[in-house]
Amino acid sequence: MSTYDRSMALTGQPPVTLSRNQKIATLIGFFGLAIILLAAFNVDFPNKGLWLSISLAAITAGTIWFSWDMYSKKEPGIKNDGVWFKSVSSKGFWGWIAGIALTSFYIILYFYPEYLGLVAKGDNKGVIGLFDPLSRVLSGNPASQWFVYGTLYTVAILAFGIKFLWKYRHNRYERIRTMSVMFFQTAFAFIIPEVMARLNGTSVLNGGKLPYYDLKLVWPLNYYNFEKYRISDFLSAGNIGLVLLIFGVLSILVITPILTYKYGKRWYCSWVCGCGGLAETAGDSFRQLSDKTVKAWNVERWVVHSVVVFVTLMTTAVVYSYLGNDTSKYWLTKTTFLVSVAVILTAIFAWVMLFKREQLQKDAQYGAIGYMVIILALIGMHFLSGDGNVFLFKSGTLRKSYSFLIGSIFSGVIGTGFYPIFGNRVWCRFGCPMAAILGFQQRLFSKFRITTNGGQCISCGNCSTYCEMGIDVRAYAQKGENIVRSSCVGCGICSAVCPRGVLKLENGPLEGRIDSNQVLLGNDVDLMTLVNKK
Amino acid sequence: MENIVIIGNGIAGVSAARHIRKLSDKRIIIVSAETDYFFSRTALMYVYMGHMKFGHIQPYENWFWEKNNIELVRGYVNKADTANKQLILDGSRALQYDKLIIATGSKPNKFGWPGQDLHGVQGLYSKQDLDLLEVNAPNKDVCKRAVIVGGGLIGIELAEMLRSRDIPVTFLVRESSFWNGVLPEGESQLINDHIKEHHIDLRLSTNLKKIVAGEDGRVKSVVIEETGEELACNMVGLTAGVTPNIDFLKDSGIELGRGVKVNRHLETNIKDVYAIGDCAEQHEAIGNRRPIEAVWYTGRMMGETVAQTICGNKIEYKPGHWFNSAKFLDVEYQTYGWVFGARGKKDYEEQFHWRHPSEKLCVTVSFNKNNKKFLGINTFGIRMRHEIFDRWLTEERDVDFVMEHLADANFDPEFYKQYEKEIIAKFNSDFNKSIESKKKSLKRIFQFN
Repeated sequence: MSTYDRSMALTGQPPVTLSRNQKIATLIGFFGLAIILLAAFNVDFPNKGLWLSISLAAITAGTIWFSWDMYSKKEPGIKNDGVWFKSVSSKGFWGWIAGIALTSFYIILYFYPEYLGLVAKGDNKGVIGLFDPLSRVLSGNPASQWFVYGTLYTVAILAFGIKFLWKYRHNRYERIRTMSVMFFQTAFAFIIPEVMARLNGTSVLNGGKLPYYDLKLVWPLNYYNFEKYRISDFLSAGNIGLVLLIFGVLSILVITPILTYKYGKRWYCSWVCGCGGLAETAGDSFRQLSDKTVKAWNVERWVVHSVVVFVTLMTTAVVYSYLGNDTSKYWLTKTTFLVSVAVILTAIFAWVMLFKREQLQKDAQYGAIGYMVIILALIGMHFLSGDGNVFLFKSGTLRKSYSFLIGSIFSGVIGTGFYPIFGNRVWCRFGCPMAAILGFQQRLFSKFRITTNGGQCISCGNCSTYCEMGIDVRAYAQKGENIVRSSCVGCGICSAVCPRGVLKLENGPLEGRIDSNQVLLGNDVDLMTLVNKK
Repeated sequence: MENIVIIGNGIAGVSAARHIRKLSDKRIIIVSAETDYFFSRTALMYVYMGHMKFGHIQPYENWFWEKNNIELVRGYVNKADTANKQLILDGSRALQYDKLIIATGSKPNKFGWPGQDLHGVQGLYSKQDLDLLEVNAPNKDVCKRAVIVGGGLIGIELAEMLRSRDIPVTFLVRESSFWNGVLPEGESQLINDHIKEHHIDLRLSTNLKKIVAGEDGRVKSVVIEETGEELACNMVGLTAGVTPNIDFLKDSGIELGRGVKVNRHLETNIKDVYAIGDCAEQHEAIGNRRPIEAVWYTGRMMGETVAQTICGNKIEYKPGHWFNSAKFLDVEYQTYGWVFGARGKKDYEEQFHWRHPSEKLCVTVSFNKNNKKFLGINTFGIRMRHEIFDRWLTEERDVDFVMEHLADANFDPEFYKQYEKEIIAKFNSDFNKSIESKKKSLKRIFQFN
């Protein structure tokens, strides 16, 4: 290949080299990780609380010091120098090493927690044992592998969040958004559920107990929210439990459509969500790795919408399986439930086909019709085939496969483990059913769009390259069209990296939002009439 | 079937090809010696800086051309034989055409400096220049210092590129302040300050006398005209503007000036031969524009226009209100309408200037001092909405209206601090007015009811 490949070698030239500060910071960070690694090999630390604090502090301090050295001495502005020269951020050797390490961690976490030191009966050992003191402070209980994961997750979002704040210190949208995800992760995902656990068994909950509930999670992201054991927990916990259960239902049916209508799905995906939070902070160095080809877009649409269908069927089957048949005992019976699911889905489908059809491409229409037919056929078949299994499958099997394939493999192992290979939003783009539902709302019924600034685009490609969702932003911008895509999470980076001030995320009127005949300003009107003629 | 041949696969040629394809099923052949596929020339800098790989600056995936039946030929056109309607490629191959579009762009200026053709001396325009830069200045060990000659947009881009690899840069600028042939004084000052913030050794009012060769035949140093100072360096960037790239047309019979002479229909003196983009020169300048416009947007517009003419809707090239943009290191610049620097300033033009006391932000608004008509705006560090200024220029608004509604035109990302109040306060005190800023109105911006 031509000469510019030379700089891809590990020659250690700026901007790839590490400064002395960065080397020391790396050492400190890895020291923190080493403590956890030693614990994993069952080194029994004497004062666990102290060593855990040292470890987490070292990881945080190392990350912060590194990024301070990297950004604070430079003028505020875009800091992408050398991104494609550094092996970790350009699928080079260190990128693959990081990917393999993360993937292995997820496999152990999900499938072999005993290697992390989880002991079912008795005191935890290893890494999980190391985290026991912190867990006892928060919830009063010993740690689990999920507590270890949650703690590291929160530390990552906070430390890399600070890095991100420095990197984008000239951009207030990015700063406020990042502070928001840092807050929601720390408060809603980490502290509140742990503290809520302290209420279990107390009079506040009428002696009942609440299921572990991260309040910012919405079905279908917490696909397990309406399972039998959780419903019983909710109902055991008096009024508070009931309120939370109702909140869970309203979240998906009422709250998300309203907020998405007003602000686009970004209110969730890049301001609140924990998966998004990790992607935007710890994953920020990998956003340029997403695939922008039309082919990838086609795969994305089929895969992510199939997950939505899967989760809908699965949840319906699970809820169905524990409902009764007797109307006198409880108003919601198996039959009422199935019929209402069919009615709600048909209503949404009919609304889209009647009022929004012209906004869908042909293949999206075929897809929608196909899925609708499958769901209705399964519900119909169920009534014809009599009692027994739901939709031909055991609901338990359906639930287990979903939790394994989507909940573990997709969202964890591939979604986060492969950050350095496929980019930081693989899960959000290809797998997240919540993102797909919000995206559907955003595409068809929202004030949000990315406005293209007339004719100022120079087709440079920064926007597309740094779009973590793999949207070819430039393809729209260079035609003067607004970007209205269901997958857009509104991170705002396309607008930030644009050298010509072409892109702006904004909420405006529905009218003229998707304007495929956008006039490219600069030419006289006669020409534009001719150009826009189809 | 009519055979359209386009020389050059830049934005002008490719825009022409795409629009001809939209309008017809004519055979379209694009010839380029530079690259296999169209890329964004203005983005070359980002490849050197490691923001993108070369593939990222190609706006269309490679299958696009075959799918749209646009044939791509890699070759160098040596000669255009207009009498026989054919081109000679690479000294041997002949390519027939029915209609020819010349879109060959520019090449860097060289003003006859001694040593200007030495190894290590280069311009920055083409893909080949980018590859050469990787040879001349791959890192700060090979290139211990670079000297850039010529203070325009490419010069400052090259400086930014080299600084991204920590290479020390001396920047020789002929003018007394950066780009003040185009920018009003206050703005030019702001950029001077910003260049120095980036540790670039900016030398104003400084000319190059000669480039000195070392024993290996490579550049060793440069000598400065005014002081006679000799600066050791390993690379010299010549960025003193560009000239149309039309040497191969010398004996073609096509009328040439500095560029290929065209009329308002972008036709040359020879039937069925058109010229667009950087290499086209209007017989008479259009409005305040220059006869040769070497700008991305004008290349695109000319491509769109000539496509209509070739497909039977003969129309004139009628560019609308002038606009442009650039980025000077970390500071974005946008312009709408006409705001002139000291040299080009019209006698009826009055300017209002506001600069933030500490941030790199400023605004210059130009208006007609006789009838107060708004003429144009330059902004640094503040984004403006193209559509709004285009509308106001068409509606011939006066400057007071523009100041009053400035908030409508702001295009900065959400939550950015707004400066309309400060700007208008300065305007009021400068011109003894009492204008009050109107709040941003989506209704006015999007014109809906």
